[in-house]
Amino acid sequence: MTRFSFPSLVRHAFGGDKGWDQQWAKPEPKASYDVIIIGAGGHGLAAAYYLAKEHNITNVAVLEKGWLGGGNTARNTTVIRSNYLYDESANLYNHALCLWEGLSQELNYNLMFSQRGVMMLAHSEHEVQLYKRHVHANRLNGVDNEWLNVEQAKDFCPPLNISPDVRYPVMGAALQRRGGTARHDGVAWGYARGASTRGVHIIENCEVLGINRHADGSVSGVETSRGTIGASKIAISAAAHSSQLMNMAGLDVPLECFTLQALVSEPVAPVFPCVIASNTVHAYISQSDKGELVIGAGTEQYVSYAQRGPLHTVEHTLAAICEMFPMFTRMKMLRNWGGCVDVTPDRSPILGKTPIQGLYLNAGWGTGGFKATPGAGHLLAHTIAKDAPHEINAPFSLSRFQTGRLIDEAAAAAVAH
Amino acid sequence: MLLIDCPYCEQERAEIEFTCSGEAHMQKPQNADDAQWEKFLFLRANTKGVHYERWYHVHGCGRYFNAARDTISDKFLLTYKAGLPKPELPNE
Ligand SMILES: Cc1cc2nc3c(=O)[nH]c(=O)nc-3n(C[C@H](O)[C@H](O)[C@H](O)COP(=O)(O)OP(=O)(O)OC[C@H]3O[C@@H](n4cnc5c(N)ncnc54)[C@H](O)[C@@H]3O)c2cc1C
Ligand SMILES: [Zn+2]
Repeated sequence: MTRFSFPSLVRHAFGGDKGWDQQWAKPEPKASYDVIIIGAGGHGLAAAYYLAKEHNITNVAVLEKGWLGGGNTARNTTVIRSNYLYDESANLYNHALCLWEGLSQELNYNLMFSQRGVMMLAHSEHEVQLYKRHVHANRLNGVDNEWLNVEQAKDFCPPLNISPDVRYPVMGAALQRRGGTARHDGVAWGYARGASTRGVHIIENCEVLGINRHADGSVSGVETSRGTIGASKIAISAAAHSSQLMNMAGLDVPLECFTLQALVSEPVAPVFPCVIASNTVHAYISQSDKGELVIGAGTEQYVSYAQRGPLHTVEHTLAAICEMFPMFTRMKMLRNWGGCVDVTPDRSPILGKTPIQGLYLNAGWGTGGFKATPGAGHLLAHTIAKDAPHEINAPFSLSRFQTGRLIDEAAAAAVAH
Repeated sequence: MLLIDCPYCEQERAEIEFTCSGEAHMQKPQNADDAQWEKFLFLRANTKGVHYERWYHVHGCGRYFNAARDTISDKFLLTYKAGLPKPELPNE
């Protein structure tokens, strides 16, 4: 596989760009592997990459029922930030953010990672206090976050309407300058390429239908739409379908799936410099490098795998966007879609071992796991390789719902991104 | 927008009059240990298919009722009053 570089681009340009080789292989499944990862989203592919790169475990298959990167990785609005409240979460998301910062170079793949800043608006005295608390907590954890008054917020994002005459006037904002966006597909493709080069098998159109166990209870492999495949270690990293896969292994999990919608506008010239999110009015917005406004709505409240949501939710979001940014009132929306997000009771993910020997779980990232892609993959790889969690993901165990040590990020994750 | 048949109002009304209150038929355990509390408080069926759940007619009669809904199509199969056992589903 050729590395991307200035000389390779020039050379291929002279060949009419016809000579590029495939970015990853499409192997037939083998009878068994050391490790099987279920789900070729960004998380599963990243885990495979780090297993190969950092733990020298290359006899790995990533099984995907559809095509790689076709799940929530393809449906999200790509907001990246790490300004979560609790120490455990700050460590987790900041671990991911630090990995993002060098990732395009490491993967030799342009992830279009852009640290344009994520600004979260406060619209009430309560929110002002809450966000200030976040700012202080984040700074104690070495996570950048700063409080802006209304004028400073307007300076940072000139389209923002700071009039006191709107339904929910802006009273200030918390800004994480290191936050931003990245190309969602690029991350999946970059990790797929990196993993495949190191010998990992990425097997698409291969749905896992059952999880096989030895007499002693430990896992022995999986039943798939392409036959039985053996493995002594299996990681479920299937986002919305993780609870079903856990059910196949006989385990119930604290996960529920809800619809989350997003939409994009027609492309326009660069007009919007950052990412803005607002919990109160349930909306967030950024502008992609293509020029489209990327807008996210709130989560529905009922369990659904439909991957589509009601129009009234989108209408509510767009009304809020138009009030916050009056210059967008005549923008045309081009596409609207829904994704199915797996949510835990405390809005924090589950990343660790399960009661079954050899079975690992990475799920419950809900509305906000894109930002965690490198970190989740890195920590899942560690957990699989060592058969023990890394200290960063140890608090995110499945057992916390029994011990009561919840990590309640409902406030930080209330707006869905 | 979903249309939801409130069994108390005996009327099909728009989704925005209701809120969903999660899985139905959850039994609060007596003298529970940690595992039973976990089951009651946190573990959910999350069914892909027919899901039994509670709905609240907040902008209507203000009462809770139960529904069986297909989570793949979001279609309501039936609704029934709170307190009734899980009903047989109608044959399609
Ligand atoms: C509208 C929307 C907006 C969002 N916005 C943001 C945001 O701005 N920022 C952010 O951080 N996060 C956001 N998220 C959340 C984010 O998309 C997810 O948390 C993240 O992409 C999860 O990545 P993943 O790799 O775990 O899952 P996925 O990409 O969903 O990958 C899971 C894979 O598992 C496969 N699979 C499932 N079942 C099986 C099976 N039985 N056998 C084989 N394969 C199987 C699926 O096909 C899928 O490809 C958003 C989500 C949505 C829906
Ligand atoms: Zn009613």
